[in-house]
Amino acid sequence: MNWLYQFPFKLNIDTAAIDDAVRSFAVNNEAILQFMRRGLNGLLSSIHSTLDFIPWWILVIVVFVLGFLQTKKIKTGIVYAVMLFSIGAVGLWPLMLLTLSIVIASVAISLLLGFPIGVLISMNDRASSIVRPILDTMQTMPVFVYLIPAVLLFGLGRVPAVMATTIYAIVPIVRLTNLGIRQVNEEVVEAAKSFGSTRIQAMVKVQIPQAFATIMAGLNQTLMMAMAMVVTASMIGASGLGMEVLISVNRVEVGRGLVSGTAVVILAILLDRLSQGWVKDKEEEA
Amino acid sequence: MEERKAIIRVENLSKLYGRNRQEAAELLKKGADKNEVLKKTGVTTALWDVNLDINEGETFVIIGLSGSGKSTLVRCFNRLNKPTSGKIFYKDQNIGELTKKELLNFRRDNIAMVFQHFGLMSHRNVVTNVEYGLEIKNVGKQLRREKALEMIQMVGLEGFEYSPIGSLSGGMKQRVGLARALANEPEVLLMDEPFSALDPLVKRDMQFELLSIQEKMRKTIIFITHDINEAFKLGDRVAIMRDGRVVQIGTPEEMITNPADDYVKEFIEGADKAKVMTARHVMVTPQCIVKTHDGANRAIQEMRSNNVPSAYVVNDQMEFVGIITLDGAMKARDEKLKVKDALITDVKMVDIDDTVDQVMTMFADAKFPVAVLKGKKLRGIISKASVITTLSESSFEQENEKSEA
Ligand SMILES: Nc1ncnc2c1ncn2[C@@H]1O[C@H](COP(=O)(O)OP(=O)(O)OP(=O)(O)O)[C@@H](O)[C@H]1O
Ligand SMILES: [Mg+2]
Repeated sequence: MNWLYQFPFKLNIDTAAIDDAVRSFAVNNEAILQFMRRGLNGLLSSIHSTLDFIPWWILVIVVFVLGFLQTKKIKTGIVYAVMLFSIGAVGLWPLMLLTLSIVIASVAISLLLGFPIGVLISMNDRASSIVRPILDTMQTMPVFVYLIPAVLLFGLGRVPAVMATTIYAIVPIVRLTNLGIRQVNEEVVEAAKSFGSTRIQAMVKVQIPQAFATIMAGLNQTLMMAMAMVVTASMIGASGLGMEVLISVNRVEVGRGLVSGTAVVILAILLDRLSQGWVKDKEEEA
Repeated sequence: MEERKAIIRVENLSKLYGRNRQEAAELLKKGADKNEVLKKTGVTTALWDVNLDINEGETFVIIGLSGSGKSTLVRCFNRLNKPTSGKIFYKDQNIGELTKKELLNFRRDNIAMVFQHFGLMSHRNVVTNVEYGLEIKNVGKQLRREKALEMIQMVGLEGFEYSPIGSLSGGMKQRVGLARALANEPEVLLMDEPFSALDPLVKRDMQFELLSIQEKMRKTIIFITHDINEAFKLGDRVAIMRDGRVVQIGTPEEMITNPADDYVKEFIEGADKAKVMTARHVMVTPQCIVKTHDGANRAIQEMRSNNVPSAYVVNDQMEFVGIITLDGAMKARDEKLKVKDALITDVKMVDIDDTVDQVMTMFADAKFPVAVLKGKKLRGIISKASVITTLSESSFEQENEKSEA
């Protein structure tokens, strides 16, 4: 009765061959990959050094002012400012800047690639039916999976971290750009057409502005997903707040983990609130 | 009627939605109706074999039940819909043969549309919405702003130029829609149920606004509505549609006096006939007419033999001058006077083309039946009773028919 419990056969998949294939791809395209690595590194460095150049108290003031402008309440501004200040107060400021620069770089690349893709698939049903299942798959995959190709192609460090974070975080901006444009009131688009707008005029002057709130919501989600991924990406050697959490987990240092974990949460809340509030402002105007 | 030039000519226009269009067309050619075709082939007949001419400068109203193809027809005029077959000519240019570029220019320069739910862009304010059509034509900033402000003033929205769209009421929004369409100076204005979303009082205002704008601009307006009173109020001519076909085209008067079939009759039943029918339709010939130079005796004789208490007095050119009563005539006879000396000139007069609605207002303080004139000549008289019987007659007829059916 053994056969009931055993598989009839076992395929021997040559995983080593796959590894080899990817590796040889990496070797063969060394020039391109090297170019990308340099580019991303340069981008990260310039973002980081810009952030580093700004004195901490200016960032605290900026957060205060943004919080105040958004809610018209001094209290909110103060709460935001104190939250940011406390990250610096526990000595995590430099790590926070590292994390922030990876997030900013990833979001910028996501926006640069994701927004045009979203616009294109909103205009073409065929393209949309190809891209949407890919997006679905990308979102259901466990985040660790993105680390593997990134490591294989770029090794360890912050460049593969940006790469993995971008792949993970690009989904919502594509999705919501597409959705937002498709949801624009049919009659409004027809009105634009009836006055003799070209396709591009209708898109730029009517559809995208009308979809603005939804697109911004997508950007906010992209930002939050990048923030989540950047912590995970510390596993492939991206230094920053995530790395601090990882180290404390590995060494079972609960206190250190709690402090750095809280800093991650604070940064996430600030990014979320400050980007979301802006969307709401725009919505009310409409 | 004077012969006018057609600005839009529709020839055998059809629009079918679905896969088996060929098969559906065969059935339709054999005379099948919309339901039958839908059942047998799954094809929706939005338009079938529509033929019509729309004249330059007229307001042409299209009316019909929901789903009868009104929007589809109008949207073929600016190619928001592509017809399945048939041709549409705009001043001898076949619209179906326009290249992409020509079509854009046609939409930019010659034809504009007003939408039921306004179709305004909420991210722009009033003036930038109105400017839109000019903006995409690359009209200079200053020029288009001037034009837009002028249009906004014309539709009565001055003071709201820079208001966001969201802050306007429905009626104001549609004024913006109208201003936006007119800013392009189109020759043809398409209006797809523009006032349906408005409440009745605002709707009346807007109808009035449209009539007075039309008075000034003399555009060709193609107007869709569900409301027969709106159709008759605005339309120079009206087309009634049913299941994708045009059932009847004519002036409101022609429709009321001569409806093509029961479908049209049913539509017209809801119409306020007093606003469409004119004095011509309700007047009767005066039984008793005397001339100014007749003697009083002759007047009395006339009235007695016709058994009426008053007579209508005309001069030699048949021009109406007044009324003489039996009492007045007898007094005149005693004093040896003529008819013209006993005249009552305080008589209400209406033009033969005045609507019954206008005639009715005369009855309020009229002592005698109202005189109907063409120019100065007497053509008939209208009593209150004759108006009421004529207006109710047509609906009696219909009710009788219904109970027979
Ligand atoms: N895109 C479409 N696909 C399929 N059928 C359509 C489409 N557009 C319109 N139809 C059908 O064509 C017919 C005519 O529609 P149309 O919108 O022209 O009617 P309408 O007279 O304007 O009605 P309403 O008064 O409701 O606006 C209807 O039966 C409708 O269901
Ligand atoms: Mg319609």
